[in-house]
Amino acid sequence: MTLKKSCAIAGVAESRLGVVPDSTVLTLQAEAMVKALAEAGLEKKDVDAVFSSGNWGRLPQLQISEYLGIQPSYSDSTSVGGASFEFHLGHAAAAIQAGLCKVAVILYGSTQRSRQERRIFEAHTDLGYQYETPYGLPIPVGAYALAASRHMALYGTKAEHLAELAVSTRDWARLNPIAYRREPLTIEDVLNSDMIASPLHRLDCCLVTDGGGCVVVVSPDIAQSIPKEPIWLLGQGESHSHAQISEMPELTITPAKESGERAFKMAGVKHGDLDVVEIYDSFTITVLLTLESLGFCKPGTSGEFVSNGRTGPGGEFPLNTNGGGLSYCHPGQYGIFLLIESVRQLRNECGERQVPNATLAMASGTGGVLSSSSTCILGLD
Amino acid sequence: MSDELPDPDSSHYWEGISNSELRYQLCNSCKKSIFYPRSICPTCGGNDISWQVSSGLGEIYACSTIYRAPPKYKDKVPYIVALIDLNEGFRMMSEIIDFEGQVVSVGKRVQVTFRDDIDGKPTPYFTTID
Ligand SMILES: [Zn+2]
Repeated sequence: MTLKKSCAIAGVAESRLGVVPDSTVLTLQAEAMVKALAEAGLEKKDVDAVFSSGNWGRLPQLQISEYLGIQPSYSDSTSVGGASFEFHLGHAAAAIQAGLCKVAVILYGSTQRSRQERRIFEAHTDLGYQYETPYGLPIPVGAYALAASRHMALYGTKAEHLAELAVSTRDWARLNPIAYRREPLTIEDVLNSDMIASPLHRLDCCLVTDGGGCVVVVSPDIAQSIPKEPIWLLGQGESHSHAQISEMPELTITPAKESGERAFKMAGVKHGDLDVVEIYDSFTITVLLTLESLGFCKPGTSGEFVSNGRTGPGGEFPLNTNGGGLSYCHPGQYGIFLLIESVRQLRNECGERQVPNATLAMASGTGGVLSSSSTCILGLD
Repeated sequence: MSDELPDPDSSHYWEGISNSELRYQLCNSCKKSIFYPRSICPTCGGNDISWQVSSGLGEIYACSTIYRAPPKYKDKVPYIVALIDLNEGFRMMSEIIDFEGQVVSVGKRVQVTFRDDIDGKPTPYFTTID
């Protein structure tokens, strides 16, 4: 059984991004859904499945569906951090293939910037978390810093390698008119920014912005009659290995190893076939570890892999072409934007930052503290 | 620390800490060490589990110096949070303290010590050893 070509993405949209003070998490999701449905040539009444992940409010899946006025016949609020939306796409594909729904919306919204909902928050204090709580590790940055320390000790990875990734990602953001940070960035800027949790500097960390997004997923029969070119799901895999960083089996290998293997196998493609890759960049180290775990380079070599602007505009490995969570936007759970950018690249809609002749894209999300991973491979017909 | 603690899984552990003992569990079926304490072995799924006392000796698996802390810990910065691999084959988070003059880095040997945490609760910390 496979999910290959079991569904297609028909519409994608962001809400307003950045600082959006006159909004709530609900208005931003509504805003994105209206735009994404319009792009898909569909109406709200066509929607029969809702997928969302939120860390706001009580029973957010019920709240957002109520607000939008959707009574779905299929509902999934899998919430595993920033990768949730890549999980949702796989789950939507399975539900569509099983005939349980035909038009699914994947939704996300956050006003964390304007409402200061969370920046660095303390760990939960009960159950499994009680053994980490006393030590004051800032979550999530401290957990990613621990992983970076391990990678550096094992492989000699340097702060400059992490900074390279931040700079290449900024170079992409400079080509994206709606990116939040577009001023030039150098490796020295990153290394000179405040240390937050060693070895991670402030500019190794993602932005804190408001924003929302929506992805409309449809069955193959509906995909035949949508206005835009359908973007097909060719492969997907998912996994999660732990909730807290002290339980991660090996800090340099993420569950992207499992999710990537499954996605590649299902799609029947190889690493070199991909034209554009979108990898969750909560922190610079997240990308380096994910590149290795997905098998784009050998363990320990990701620092070298991203060096000399290789992943930036004009480089041989176009990565995080919208400017990523580091420079474009990061409203808490960024994964939905990986899908949005993948779709736009495949549709050749990206203007200055367009990767020429992109026909195969990957969106690989990471959530929690390197805890969850889902990898999606998308392509044209 | 929340009112629900210690809980039925953790009470024997925290009781040990109060008595300057670092306790962990061993699965009698697959012989793997278990940490944090559980009612089921996360390796084999067995429930024949016994309590053991650790030597408190181990080495740093990963570590980070924290400069931007959660509000409660603001006045403590900088401080070093580490993951420790104990000799008995389990891993736990802790803070490295009393390390003046020593380099704290991955691979450094450490030993448990017991102090009160920021809330006055007995807690295991680690110091470096030669
Ligand atoms: Zn066992």
